[in-house]
Amino acid sequence: MKGGVNGGVRGVLLRVFFVVALPALLVAGWWVASDDSTDVYWPPLRTILTTFPDVWTGDRWRDDVLPSVLRLSAGYACAAVAGVAIGTVIGSYRRVRAVCEPVLEFLRAVPPPVLVPVIMLFAGIGDTMKIAVIASGCVWPILLNTVEGVRAVDSVMSETARSYGITGVARLRHVVLRSASPQIFAGLRQALSIGIILMVISEMFAASNGLGFTIVQFQRGFAIPDMWTGILLLGLLGFVLSVAFRLVERRVLGWYHGLRDVSRRSS
Amino acid sequence: MNLSNVNLAKGRSMLDVRGLQKVYEGSGRRVEAVRDLTFTVEAGELVCLVGPSGCGKTTLLKCVGGLLTPTAGEVFLGGERVTGPPPGMAVVFQEYGRSLFPWMRVRENVELPLKQKKLPSARRRELVADALESVGLTDAAGAYPWQLSGGMQQRVAIARALAYEPDVLLMDEPFAAVDAQTRAELEDLVRGLWRQRGITILFVTHDIDEAVYLGERVLILSSSPTVVQEQLKVDLPAERDQLHTRVAPRFAELRTHVYEQIQAAKRGTPVDRVVKDQRLP
Repeated sequence: MKGGVNGGVRGVLLRVFFVVALPALLVAGWWVASDDSTDVYWPPLRTILTTFPDVWTGDRWRDDVLPSVLRLSAGYACAAVAGVAIGTVIGSYRRVRAVCEPVLEFLRAVPPPVLVPVIMLFAGIGDTMKIAVIASGCVWPILLNTVEGVRAVDSVMSETARSYGITGVARLRHVVLRSASPQIFAGLRQALSIGIILMVISEMFAASNGLGFTIVQFQRGFAIPDMWTGILLLGLLGFVLSVAFRLVERRVLGWYHGLRDVSRRSS
Repeated sequence: MNLSNVNLAKGRSMLDVRGLQKVYEGSGRRVEAVRDLTFTVEAGELVCLVGPSGCGKTTLLKCVGGLLTPTAGEVFLGGERVTGPPPGMAVVFQEYGRSLFPWMRVRENVELPLKQKKLPSARRRELVADALESVGLTDAAGAYPWQLSGGMQQRVAIARALAYEPDVLLMDEPFAAVDAQTRAELEDLVRGLWRQRGITILFVTHDIDEAVYLGERVLILSSSPTVVQEQLKVDLPAERDQLHTRVAPRFAELRTHVYEQIQAAKRGTPVDRVVKDQRLP
C-alpha cells in the first residue's frame, strides 16, 4: 500500500528509514542531553541502558513480567468476550439499546482506577482483583464500539441475508460480526492501551509482584536507574503489543482496508 | 433450474399475487404504497413490472419476496403461501455493492446461501462453478467483490441467485446503477440465462425499453397507491438482440404504448384500463 509507488528495495529502505528516524533521533537527544547529568533522579541514558540487563534477569521476567502479561491477557480477553457479546445484544435490539444507553454512558464515564479500591473489597488483593480491574476498564470501548458496529449493519445486506435464509447463528457469524468487525477492532485497539495502564495501576495497590509493583519498589528504594529501566520496558511492551495487534488486524480486516482504498480512489 | 422441475410446472402459475396491499403507518402519517395488486406469473415466464418512479415497485417486490408483511392480500409461491422469505426465491437487488458481502471472496459469496441450505460440499462446489461460469466469471472466483467493476459485481449477485436454484428469481431494478453498455450486456445475459435454464423471473424496472426488450409480458403499474394498470403481452420473437430488436417497428409500438400508459398513470387517468391480458390492435 504505502511505498508501493516506489516499489522494490528502495521503497522498503525508505519505509524503514521513516519508521526508525524519529525514535533514533529522540534516543540520541536523550543520550546527549543526559550524558553528563549528575542529578540522581535523572541518570544518564548510558547508565540506564547498562543497568537494564542487570535488572531484567531471567528471574525477573518469570516473577514480574510474565505475571503482569498474563493478568493483562486474562483481563483483556474477558473484556473482549464480554464487550462483544453484550454489545451485540444491545446493538441488535432497539428496545434494549434505549434502556441501556444512559446507564452505559454513566458507567463509561467512571474512571476505572477509582474502581480499584472498590473491586479490592469484593475480589481481595490477588490476581482476580487485578484481572477484574483490567477487564472493567477495557470493556467499555469494546462494548460501545460493538454496539455502533452492530447497529450500523447495512439494511440491504441484512435483507439479502434474510432472503437467502441466512439467519440466527449463521447471520451473526457471517454477517453481523463481520460487518461490525472494523468498529470492534477500533474498540479493541483503544482497550489495549487502557489495559496496559490498568495493569500497572492495579499492581501499584496491594501487590507482591508485577511490573507496576517492581517499578514502585525501585522508586521507593531510590534505585532510580532501575526504575527508569522498568519504564523503558513498559514502553517496549506497549510497542510490541501494538505491533502484534496491527498484524492481527491486517489479517482480519484485510478486506476492509482494500475496500476503503478502492472507494477512496474512485471518489 | 433443473429441467424436470420446469416441465412439471409448465403452465400452472408459479407465483400468485392476490389483492396485495401495503400501508406504511408511522408518526401519524399513513402512506398507502400499494393499494390492490393481483397478478400471476407462470412457471418459466419472464415478467417485467414497470411503473412510474415512486410507485411502490420495491415495496411490492419485498412483499412478494417475504421481506415485508403485506397489510392485506396474499402471495403464493408454487401453491404455498408466502409468510417469510421462502427457500424457493432468490432476490437480486439494485445495490450490488451493499448486497454482496465485502469480507467474502466471490466464491464464498455464492456459496454461503448453499451452506445454509445444508448442501454437501461437492454439490456446492459444482453449483458455484456452474453459476460463475454461466455469468462468465470463472476467473474471478478468488477475488473480492470490491475488486470488480460494477457490472461484474452484479454478475456475482446473479450467480449467487442462480446457484441457489430458486423457483422464482426476483430482480429489483438490477441494472439501474450500471452504465448503459454494461446494462445492455447484462440484459442479454439475463435473457440468455432465462432461455437456457427456463427460470421464472419477475423483473422490476423503471426503464420502459428494458421492460419491453426483456419481458414476455409487461405489467404496467399505476402511480402510488399502486394497482396494475395494464398487462401487456410482448409479442416480439423469442430471439432478441440489442441491435435488431430495439429498432423493430413492433418494439417501437410496444414501447410507445407502455410509455403512454405510464404517462397516463402519472396523470392518474388510465388511457384504457384493462386488467386481463390484452393485445394491441
